[in-house]
Amino acid sequence: MKAKHQRLTLGLLAVAAIVGAAVLALSALRDQASFFYSPSDLARDHVSTDKHIRLGGMVVTGSVAKLSDGVTTRFAVTDNVDQITVVYRGILPDLFREGSGVVAEGHLAPGGGFVADNILAKHDERYMPPQVAGAMHKTKSLDK
Amino acid sequence: MPSIHALANPTRFLKIARPATPVCFWSGVALMLFAAWGGLTRTPPDYLQGETVRIMYIHVPAAWLGLGGWAGLATASFVYLVWRHPLAALAARAIAVPGALFTALCLVTGSIWGRPTWGTWWQWDGRLTSMLLLFFVYLAYLALNRADAERGGDGRIPALFGIAGSVLLPIIHYSVVWWNTLHQGQSIGLTGSTIDASMLWPLWYAMAGFTLFFTGIVLMRMRTMLAVQKVEARMRRMARG
Repeated sequence: MKAKHQRLTLGLLAVAAIVGAAVLALSALRDQASFFYSPSDLARDHVSTDKHIRLGGMVVTGSVAKLSDGVTTRFAVTDNVDQITVVYRGILPDLFREGSGVVAEGHLAPGGGFVADNILAKHDERYMPPQVAGAMHKTKSLDK
Repeated sequence: MPSIHALANPTRFLKIARPATPVCFWSGVALMLFAAWGGLTRTPPDYLQGETVRIMYIHVPAAWLGLGGWAGLATASFVYLVWRHPLAALAARAIAVPGALFTALCLVTGSIWGRPTWGTWWQWDGRLTSMLLLFFVYLAYLALNRADAERGGDGRIPALFGIAGSVLLPIIHYSVVWWNTLHQGQSIGLTGSTIDASMLWPLWYAMAGFTLFFTGIVLMRMRTMLAVQKVEARMRRMARG
């Protein structure tokens, strides 16, 4: 075997080893690397109420309500399996919409529900002009 | 493999690179300007984000070059390790600096985009974190390359690092699929795009323009490195007298 071929074989083996290592590491990371809990994660796993976590999902249409103090908002977050009520006192981001994605940072309330101290808006991968937005949910996501 | 040897001949490379450099560079600049004009004045605002969406015409090509740059760097490193062509090592070195710069540009524009849309400059989600790692890996490659050159190394260790670093590319790409992230899923795939056609077209010009511009810079850097090598060789000959 010529030295060049030996190096080629070694090189390809090295690439295969690197890819293998990455796959193993990532499959072990799977859940730990997620940015937020979904409502059904919270229903399944027992997360302590004093643990600061992120909750992500869609804002349920029709669920957003301002409380009587004028600065607290209450809304429900769903992942189409489970649903959880979030209470947040503060200014909501501009892109916070019913039926749109949201990530709430905070903790579970002892009596159920979620108390958020920060709200992030999450938008999806669809971009379109306002005129087409009426036909919005007719465009499909790529990975679904 | 005679074809690769032919390409690796520096004289032949220079013969092609000399006219190709200005062509790539200036056509890249022209396409970028055209894309900027189209993206700023000829596309509608987004239904949700409004005018903010226009930063996409810089952010997406910058991300593409950050990732594509490393893919090129890793390929060149592989060719250098297996076939020992000095020109491949040169190409990998020439890609590293612009690659790092475009990765940084992607991170900065992403941060500026994130503030008005998500409501945050930075979050440690899978996509953002893995892209930041790629930037650090570029910096590590540059440092390793310099250290290797100073110690009179033959560039094999940086080349190995270049190949190992490509592990990040699939991680960055699939981060939004494997994990739930703040960053949205991919908008452009092999099967089509979820960006409305009226907003998508300048993006293609921007991608092509950025890529040509990048190629022009890489060719420029390779020619500079070859010229430096030539000067150093001549100095050594003169010193020997």
